[in-house]
Amino acid sequence: MIFETNTIEEVKVWVNAGPTSDFPEDGGSSIFYEGEQIAIFNFSHLNKWFATQNLCPHKKQMILSRGMLGTEGDTPKVACPYHKKTFSLETGENLNGCEDSIKTFPIKIENDTVFVGLYEKK
Amino acid sequence: MTKIVIVGNGMVSYKLCEKLVEKNTTASITVIGEEPRPAYDRVHLSAYFEDANADKLSMASRDWYEGNGIDLITSEKVSKINREKKEITTHNNNTFAYDYLVLATGSAAFVPPIKGVDKKGVFVYRTIEDLEMMMAYGKKASSAAVLGGGLLGLEAAKAALDMNLKTSVVEFAPRLMPRQIDEEGGNLLKQKMEDLGIEILLNKATSQITGEGTMTGMEFSDDTKLDVDMLIISAGIRPRDELGKEAGLEVAERGGFVVNSLMQTNDPSIFAVGECASHNNMIYGLVAPGYDMAEVVAEQLVHNTDEYQFDGFDMSTKLKLIGVDVASFGDPFCDNTPHSPISISDTQAGIYKRINVSEDGKTLLGGILIGDAEDYNMLHQMCVNEMALPPHPVDLIAKGSGDSGAAIGVDALPDTAQVCSCENVSKGDVCCAIKDDGVTDINGIKKATKAGTGCGGCLPMVNNILEDTLKKMGATIRKEICEHFPYSRQELFDLIKVNEIKTYKELLNKYGQGSGCETCKPAVASLLASIWNDLILKEATIQDTNDRFLANIQKGGSYSVVPRIAGGEITPDKLIAIGEVAKEFDLYTKITGGQRIDLFGATLNDLPLIWEKLIEAGFESGHAYGKSLRTVKSCVGSTWCRFGLHDSVGFAIEIENRYKGLRSPHKLKGGVSGCIRECAEARGKDFGVIATEKGWNLYVGGNGGANPKHAILLAGDITKEEVVKYIDRFLMFYIKTAEPLQRTAPWLEKLEGGIDYLKQVVVEDSLGIGEQLESDMEVLIANYSCEWKEAINNPKIRKRFAHFSNSDQDDPTQKFKRERDQRFPVAW
Ligand SMILES: Cc1cc2nc3c(=O)[nH]c(=O)nc-3n(C[C@H](O)[C@H](O)[C@H](O)COP(=O)(O)OP(=O)(O)OC[C@H]3O[C@@H](n4cnc5c(N)ncnc54)[C@H](O)[C@@H]3O)c2cc1C
Ligand code: SF4
Ligand code: SF4
Ligand code: FES
Repeated sequence: MIFETNTIEEVKVWVNAGPTSDFPEDGGSSIFYEGEQIAIFNFSHLNKWFATQNLCPHKKQMILSRGMLGTEGDTPKVACPYHKKTFSLETGENLNGCEDSIKTFPIKIENDTVFVGLYEKK
Repeated sequence: MTKIVIVGNGMVSYKLCEKLVEKNTTASITVIGEEPRPAYDRVHLSAYFEDANADKLSMASRDWYEGNGIDLITSEKVSKINREKKEITTHNNNTFAYDYLVLATGSAAFVPPIKGVDKKGVFVYRTIEDLEMMMAYGKKASSAAVLGGGLLGLEAAKAALDMNLKTSVVEFAPRLMPRQIDEEGGNLLKQKMEDLGIEILLNKATSQITGEGTMTGMEFSDDTKLDVDMLIISAGIRPRDELGKEAGLEVAERGGFVVNSLMQTNDPSIFAVGECASHNNMIYGLVAPGYDMAEVVAEQLVHNTDEYQFDGFDMSTKLKLIGVDVASFGDPFCDNTPHSPISISDTQAGIYKRINVSEDGKTLLGGILIGDAEDYNMLHQMCVNEMALPPHPVDLIAKGSGDSGAAIGVDALPDTAQVCSCENVSKGDVCCAIKDDGVTDINGIKKATKAGTGCGGCLPMVNNILEDTLKKMGATIRKEICEHFPYSRQELFDLIKVNEIKTYKELLNKYGQGSGCETCKPAVASLLASIWNDLILKEATIQDTNDRFLANIQKGGSYSVVPRIAGGEITPDKLIAIGEVAKEFDLYTKITGGQRIDLFGATLNDLPLIWEKLIEAGFESGHAYGKSLRTVKSCVGSTWCRFGLHDSVGFAIEIENRYKGLRSPHKLKGGVSGCIRECAEARGKDFGVIATEKGWNLYVGGNGGANPKHAILLAGDITKEEVVKYIDRFLMFYIKTAEPLQRTAPWLEKLEGGIDYLKQVVVEDSLGIGEQLESDMEVLIANYSCEWKEAINNPKIRKRFAHFSNSDQDDPTQKFKRERDQRFPVAW
């Protein structure tokens, strides 16, 4: 849609995704912003936050925010609830090596509020 | 120094280099290949479709060649052999002198002379470059046809399907894989391919490929047509023998350099190996015979011995096509050999197996397996080693129909049996690595013997040998659940119980590493629930998705809702309440096979609203989402049925309510029938109770599903109280000792001592743990509460049932359509 995978330097808007308490520990939830669904993960076991597209590229469902978090070696990952395809939360790469990668977005926490960095491609 | 030049740098060329190096050759070796990269694994070429990662396919790097003193030249084609001068010339006009020349030029895809094959959009399937071109083209295409329904053609069809193209296979013969499988097998395979969405066109001779410059379709000799954007030709192979004719090397009628059993061409200083060699008028399109040929040549070049000779090769194959097992071994047809064929075919399950037994009934001549090729390796070995057959050979293929199973285990194989044909590794080699070198896992075996490093088809058998041998050595085989916990489920069970661990985090911090994953989290969640029966919502994010949202996730991200209807008994008022809820939320409604009502299509946002109404009407969670007790099905029994001996409904309700919410390694189902007519199909369940004149019979370990199994009698003519006591003990024993996701039937099958042992434990209490098991069960029952009730009454939990955390709206991408007056999800 309108957003590209981006790096911090490219961020045009920091979207307020809501208070940190909206996101369960070691779990995720999704937000809606200008037609785009973004999955936000509170990986509390690693003390890190991640944001990715909510769409699972395998079955094209808006579902990744309901996935289970985990690690493979040192890579933090999310497992899609449908068929347990797993994606790196850092790079978006599909770790089973058979799906497209997913988009990832920069994320930051300020005053207990979660912000996702987006880049609007006109 | 002897100069060896190898033409071609494919799989066999690499294997020859490897063998020369292993045998400590002193010769100078030059390898010239026309492809841009060093040898790669062509057998697994299709994997390139998944990630376009050529490195994963690489067999050896340039460094490997360099490190071993081999001169590797790529992107260079050998164009001429001068036998008199003993030198070759490349298309760049470089010349190389040789003492021995080895031709390992492989083959090319055979392209039949059909009008229009030169059009854009027509591809062959042989090299990484072919795939790259196909992938690029496929992005713009919406449909693809594959010409040829053989082994490779079907693989190409899978690749096309993976590219999201509408895929058809066009085959000239009246069935698929005509050279490997018979008519019945071919029909079944066709059915399976069609189920996957691949169109199969048989008896089709292609007369031309249409389109101007770029292809747009195909025309067949029966005047039918197919509109299609691209075509992948897989009509067989043609050996690359073009260097032969001019140089005066003898070439076989069907192509390929003619070689003797030493792999020599008619010029004794020139060898040919792999797919370009024709031995006894046979060209082999498989990698294993090529490796054998490489061994023969390496022995001559290094040890100067003609002791090793190539004497043909068994063309048995096993492959997994798009998740469908297909295998044939020995002589699959026995067209000209007297034999008695034994076959079983289960079209429903998609399984067809045929074995050909020799006329005297003593040995196996060959066979075909489709849909379930688990026993391929074993059957193949029985065939090759002429091992004695069991009294009823049908047992070899008819698993699950009795207790016999596949009547023979790896134990019966002689040490000389070849288990890995790619690397020619025998059972004895594998056993030696385990016994003498202390290897304990499959990777170690691969390193020590190379078994399983070729096509990989032998791995299941190698694994069986490994486990069998380790067991015999008295080693315990550890089944660690994943990289985060170095423990088996049983061990984790004990750790949690003994240390009174109540949360996943606590367990991970004390006994695990990393941050967990989708394997250990639900497994531990199930253990915690089985041990404490605490509210699973307290740790929602370690639950499998269904448990996390207390509903079964379905297509489109919607959920299904199943209220508990114990024993299938329901009042009209409750029935109306369900109807009203379904109507209000527009839910697709269906009666399940287990006497309940399934309501589909609920959005995440609506789930709490729906349950609020259902709970108000007196319902509870049906746990249809959990690995837990689902239903206890009942017939009408003595209340209404003229045959009924006792009240089966009342008893079913009692049992269902007793075990509702019980968490277990897998889902559990029960049944109670009022007499031997078995209208509740109780013996198809994990535990089944059937009324008798004198009381009740209790059966355990049955299940329906993919591998149906009848439950076996645990105790006969017992009282209701005894039934409950024994079910308590049986279930608890199962919960404590089963593997994750293991149902009671396979658990019972693997239990050493089987049903007799279970009887001793449960009925005779031989271990003295009966009371313990019963009291464990009492704890779980006492802790039961309806999860949905808690969820809707707890605002914090309730908030989790929202698709967006920053908006109340449903997922706008969910799509539904209407059919038969109800709502359906749009297919994905
Ligand atoms: C998609 C696919 C799936 C397969 N699946 C299986 C399977 O499941 N099991 C199995 O056993 N086999 C399988 N095969 C067959 C297997 O890949 C071959 O048997 C094996 O690769 C043959 O090895 P080779 O070295 O003889 O030939 P190749 O691997 O074809 O190597 C020959 C090389 O020589 C080069 N060459 C040719 N002429 C010249 C020249 N004049 N100068 C320089 N270089 C030249 C070619 O470019 C090529 O790189 C499959 C093949 C394909 C294409
Ligand atoms: S099992 Fe027996 S009692 Fe139950 S419905 Fe059937 S015939 Fe009647
Ligand atoms: S058998 Fe069960 S899992 Fe399979 S499609 Fe039917 S309902 Fe779904
Ligand atoms: S049989 Fe191919 S790897 Fe063993």
